[in-house]
Amino acid sequence: MSPSTLSFISARPMRVLPGFGLSLGISLTFVSLVLLLPLTGLVGQLSKLSLAEYWHVITEPRVVASYVTTIGAAAAAALINAAFGLLLAWVLVRYEFPGKRLLDALMDLPFALPTAVAGITLATLYSSSGWMGKALAPFGIEVSYTWVGIALAMAFTSIPFVVRTVQPILEDLPAEVDEAAMTLGARDGVAFRRVILPHLWPALVTGTGLAFVRSLGEFGAVIFIAGNMPFETEITSLMIFVKLQEYDYAGASAIASVVLATSLGLLLAINLWQGRFIRRLHGGNS
Amino acid sequence: MSIRIENIQKHFGRSRALSPIDLDIRDGELIGLLGPSGSGKTTLLRILAGLENADPHPSARIHFGERDVTRVHVRDRRIGFVFQHYALFRHMTVADNVAFGLTVMPRKSRPSSAEIRSRVYQLLEMVQLAHLADRYPAQLSGGQQQRVALARALALRPDVLLLDEPFGALDAKVRQELRRWLRHLHDELNFTSVFVTHDQEEALELSDRVVVMSEGRIEQIDTPEALYRAPANRFVFEFLGDVNTLEGDVRNGVLTCGDARLNAELPQGPQTLLMRPHELTLGHAPTSDAHLPVTVTAVVPVGADLRVELSADWLPAPWLVSARHSDVAELSPQRGQRLYARPLQWHRFDADGQRLDAPEELRLSA
Repeated sequence: MSPSTLSFISARPMRVLPGFGLSLGISLTFVSLVLLLPLTGLVGQLSKLSLAEYWHVITEPRVVASYVTTIGAAAAAALINAAFGLLLAWVLVRYEFPGKRLLDALMDLPFALPTAVAGITLATLYSSSGWMGKALAPFGIEVSYTWVGIALAMAFTSIPFVVRTVQPILEDLPAEVDEAAMTLGARDGVAFRRVILPHLWPALVTGTGLAFVRSLGEFGAVIFIAGNMPFETEITSLMIFVKLQEYDYAGASAIASVVLATSLGLLLAINLWQGRFIRRLHGGNS
Repeated sequence: MSIRIENIQKHFGRSRALSPIDLDIRDGELIGLLGPSGSGKTTLLRILAGLENADPHPSARIHFGERDVTRVHVRDRRIGFVFQHYALFRHMTVADNVAFGLTVMPRKSRPSSAEIRSRVYQLLEMVQLAHLADRYPAQLSGGQQQRVALARALALRPDVLLLDEPFGALDAKVRQELRRWLRHLHDELNFTSVFVTHDQEEALELSDRVVVMSEGRIEQIDTPEALYRAPANRFVFEFLGDVNTLEGDVRNGVLTCGDARLNAELPQGPQTLLMRPHELTLGHAPTSDAHLPVTVTAVVPVGADLRVELSADWLPAPWLVSARHSDVAELSPQRGQRLYARPLQWHRFDADGQRLDAPEELRLSA
């Protein structure tokens, strides 16, 4: 062995865990093929449009109306999920009751169930002839074919995000911390607000953010219950679909890019904020 | 504030965690609850705190002074509780942690924020952490975190301070220091404290009285000195320190076990004698009343004492002898050396583990 190969070998940092090069290589290839390549394709499609055309497509009144519907319904769904997801996580972590495992497993159902199945089920259940639809009709509440229905479908598909992000954090929080607050005289509400909630904030915000982003792009579950009336109950995903059916790939990509940018921006903002919070929790700010 | 516990018992499902327990703790006492894990000591402490409910029973009572707190919620019991793993609020600074109890008081009785600040400062001074008031718990060492926990527990001037294995998670030197410091604080502030530990040395060093527990029962309540000198039963004796066992057959005042012999005025038949490491001496030759040949297997200096480990064919488990360095200087035990042991006194317990008689001095015939 020549001295030069020797020095080459010794110049590489020693790793104890094997397989770094192989595993990282495969991971990056996979990410490139499955995630980055399609996104690049999307941007490639956009290059067929001039800036003016792009602006025209994404500010078309019917499309703008769909933004409003989508964001409004997704926000409503995310807020509902934040409240009920937190409650569900709390119940699943802090109490013992028969059927707990079943409820826990049920939380993953929206992930596993084809969204179209959920959409059809919800649509029939809440249509004017369905059980819930009939029950709610006397109160003047219409769910199917209104934005309430859209929000409902979105809430259905995105509830696991909140539950599954909050649950592990809550499990890590020792019951001793609640007990400490109580021995110091804190009422239940105060203990929850001042001791428990601050620990859950990052997870709760992340979960809610993920739920919101997921709802922005939801198609299958929403489309059957939305009614799809232009300017009223059309969602942005449907606008993309409509463009595709007209073979307007560039237009579809333009609208998709808006959804993508919104989602990415939101996720990035949440991550940055959460990083700051966690640093404080671990005492790294001095 | 004195504490009176009457007929408190606890089951978890079918298993019994505490047999009915009565216990009186005097005002200003520092009491150690000592026992192996699963002895019910932590359960008893948590019932005292109100973090756990005792089994409902018409005569079950807990009194703090004249106040019946049996059905009082933990937040209204006026206790301070220190957890084994501190249970500090990690998202709050040290000062906010200590202030927590004061800031969650109902608005009517809550002190002004200036008062809270000065009180927190006082408490932090007391635990010598005033300079760390703005740090977060994660930035402190274990010992410092435990002192913050203590300051937080004392902020509301509790009637009773309860500590659950307060030093269990700390390393030996810090533990020693904190122990002394807690004892000092207790004497200075004169509150009533109960702490749980499985470490007999800690219990004996820190407590005014020790409550020894096993399997949900109280085995003995006594001062550390009395406990060590006159354990009520075999469990207490064995739990409180190292024990050397000599099992043999007694015939005509002589106990034999293999080639070991010992003059002992005991009833005929099989007998078990128990001895502490300091209740044995070593010599080069047997004496007329004791012929116990042993081989030295290890010699370990432990502080002012020399601990000598012994084995022999007739011994099922090795013996430990501790002696002052000066006392064995002439003997200078070496590993592999053959010596003769001689008991100075021994303890006997009956089949139920009850103590049979006061420690018997070996009659010196020489």
